[in-house]
Amino acid sequence: MQKNANVVIIGGGIIGCSVAYELAIRGVKDIVVIEKNYLSSGATGRCGAGVRQQWGTETNAILARDSVKRFEGMNEELEYDKDIEFKQGGYLMVSYTPEEWNQYKKNVAVQHSLGIPTKMITPQEALEIVPHLNLNGLIGATFCQSDGHANPFHVVDAYYKAAKRLGVKFETYTTVTGITLEKGKVTSVQTTRGDINTSLVINACGYAAGTICKMVDFDLPLYPQRHQALVTEPVEPCQGPMVISLHYRLYCQQTPHGSFIMGVGDPNEPKDFNINSSWEFLEDVARQATTVLPLLKNLRVVRQWSGLYDMSPDANPILDKVPGAEGMWVAAGFSGHGFMVAPQTAVLLVQKILEQECFMPIERFSLNRFSGGNLVLESAVV
Amino acid sequence: MQSKETIVCRCEDITLDEIKTLIEQGYRTIDEIKRVIRAGMGPCQGRTCRMLIAQELAKYYKVPVGEVLMPTFRPTVKPVKLGTFARGE
Repeated sequence: MQKNANVVIIGGGIIGCSVAYELAIRGVKDIVVIEKNYLSSGATGRCGAGVRQQWGTETNAILARDSVKRFEGMNEELEYDKDIEFKQGGYLMVSYTPEEWNQYKKNVAVQHSLGIPTKMITPQEALEIVPHLNLNGLIGATFCQSDGHANPFHVVDAYYKAAKRLGVKFETYTTVTGITLEKGKVTSVQTTRGDINTSLVINACGYAAGTICKMVDFDLPLYPQRHQALVTEPVEPCQGPMVISLHYRLYCQQTPHGSFIMGVGDPNEPKDFNINSSWEFLEDVARQATTVLPLLKNLRVVRQWSGLYDMSPDANPILDKVPGAEGMWVAAGFSGHGFMVAPQTAVLLVQKILEQECFMPIERFSLNRFSGGNLVLESAVV
Repeated sequence: MQSKETIVCRCEDITLDEIKTLIEQGYRTIDEIKRVIRAGMGPCQGRTCRMLIAQELAKYYKVPVGEVLMPTFRPTVKPVKLGTFARGE
């Protein structure tokens, strides 16, 4: 492994790989990405794979809106030899309570102000989009056709290959064990396969970002939260959009491969690094899914898994310098929606690091929002 | 053996040739191969292909098959209908 680097990126998920690419394409040389397992082995490869613009906060909506444009042209932009499987079947967000419907109205107003073409539709119109939807108690739905799904493994693979062609080095199965500071400045990163001298470190480890920050005595306000998902056998295409019900805590979509991927959020999930699968989840998600989409009762489950959300106090990402460690940045706290906003989040962070003009204000993602009481709570998280 | 005609993963129709190509490209474990090409993601969950891919990795890296990293063995053991779980059976 090389002894020196201009930049060391810790974490080989969607954030680490896209940041590596955006730095390299802007002419930065000698970049190393350190990953403790294999690329996309953490939260990225375990995520629900949805890409939506229907958010309640302006920041998430802008990042998602602009990232959708990147996903649309990603195979060509990154000259990928496979397919990132970006399918724009839309997101149908169904509402079963008046409170939820009021929140959706507010969210849609934010989306419209940013040019996101979400439609508010009646239950009957929703049924035309998803014929197997349960109308019982349904008040209405919001629908945005350009939302969709992309394959996280292939998106990471595409960024990895493009970055590698630009000279970025990837060191997998390598764990960071320490970070050395001299007079408050980063000077080197220690790993299980040797040390690398560097003055710039980007911490993109998702739920493990807190562990890395502790190495420089900074307490990052993140906590891990397990989320489980399952996948069914593939069947003929019958569901265009991702269906989301915040009331039933459910998301459910059919992938281009034909299988259905679904998950539910568990409000009682403890703050813990546990990523085992549980049988309770299978019963919970099966009940919610067959309530909202009754036809799915005939589908067979082939596999379940779990991953960790890196939850920040307001469910929005942290893109900032690490206090007390000059030369170290953190990009974490994506709270379950990092994959879909990654393409433009990487651009924003890299613009800031290279002291270029940022395409949107990055201050909204700063650490001091937590001490200043300036939280921007995201309401639309499953 | 005709590697272009030899099916390694029967659920997802993956040939020996495709597996060997990925290994030569630098995909180092069963987990990595599974994620780019879906080998082992079908209804049998890798019962057939897991060990065949392990053998190819062992040959390429000249290590005993026992040293090849295994992917996580996840529920369910066999495919079960969502309706069965919903009824709590």
